[in-house]
Amino acid sequence: MVGRFATKSLLMLLCAVILLGWSGVAFAQPPVGGTLPDFTLSAPKDSGEKSYLGLSWLGRSFRIPELKTKVVIVEIFSMYCPYCQAEAPKVNRLYGLIEGNPALKGKIKLIGIGAGNSAYEVGVFKKKYSVAFPLFPDGDFRIHKLMGEVRTPYFIGVKINSDGSHSVFYSKLGAFESAESFLNSMTRLSGLQ
Amino acid sequence: MSHRNTFRIWMAIAVLLFAAGEAMALSDAYKGNIYNPGILKPIDSKLRVKVGMEAPDFNLPSVAGERVTLRSYRGKKNVVLSFVPAAWTPVCSDQWPGYNIVKDLFDGHDAILLGITVDSIPTLFSWTNQMGKLWFPVLSDFWPHGAVADRYGVLRSDGTSERALFVIDKQGIIRYIDVHDINQRPSLEDLVKELDKLR
Repeated sequence: MVGRFATKSLLMLLCAVILLGWSGVAFAQPPVGGTLPDFTLSAPKDSGEKSYLGLSWLGRSFRIPELKTKVVIVEIFSMYCPYCQAEAPKVNRLYGLIEGNPALKGKIKLIGIGAGNSAYEVGVFKKKYSVAFPLFPDGDFRIHKLMGEVRTPYFIGVKINSDGSHSVFYSKLGAFESAESFLNSMTRLSGLQ
Repeated sequence: MSHRNTFRIWMAIAVLLFAAGEAMALSDAYKGNIYNPGILKPIDSKLRVKVGMEAPDFNLPSVAGERVTLRSYRGKKNVVLSFVPAAWTPVCSDQWPGYNIVKDLFDGHDAILLGITVDSIPTLFSWTNQMGKLWFPVLSDFWPHGAVADRYGVLRSDGTSERALFVIDKQGIIRYIDVHDINQRPSLEDLVKELDKLR
């Protein structure tokens, strides 16, 4: 009796797994109006990057909504992605525009997550394109899976509210036309300006 | 239920979970043009060379229109052969664009990279055009089909090649072989560590 029950349970679980696998919707892309999936990032070792993110010296990991800022722009990229390579100078310009504008500096933070990239590979990308903002490895695709296995580059805008809650206001695949127009969209859609 | 049946069901669940969870970052550069063959048998060939052996020479046409021999690098450059299974497939379409931004790493090790697939030149031309301008030769092992891959022992039973890396020193001796799980991209740092050993 117990054996039959165990068999049925296992077969039902097997069917659920098959359906999950075939449907390909294990995790959805972060929806506008929704929230980020729950994951942590290891704090950067570089003191400048730690300071940029406002992380304490002792903190070893953090969640994006915990950052002390109003908006976080997340780029899902890969060192191995030709479009991400081509996009890198424009994303650097975006960072420069934010940091060079006293009204935005400190209110918008930019980070990149390297889908399937090891720390070494993220480091190669960072050095090759002189990326000044923090890039995080996701060597085992753990975060990439949680993000709905998006193609790259993929940009996510996250608004962090004063009560600690957060919401996604932008979630879109593809390179942007210019850093200026993208930044305008970010400030408008987030309600920052 | 016998223990054997229980074991089989749990194994099936494990395999399906792995397959469902397998993820590949894929550049938007290829739009919807990548054919996904699903999860493949990790390795489907038997090596015919080994570390310490002289690497078999070859003479293959490149996308650039020249013919390339391994022998031409003898005494001049270390050589990394990168076999990838097929054009327009996941993983392969990411691997070479990554190598494309680390020319300085190869230069720093006095090494040339030769990319090889069993695809025809026209197919390779179209595919590699999506990657931007590649600094390394891309060679076609199309005809006789997969002859070089077969000589090295990395031709799979379906006519594609393994995802394999061979590091060959300036004396033409094979110093490193990585016949990688076809479903996964080899890590760049592992290759660089092997190149470091040539110094």
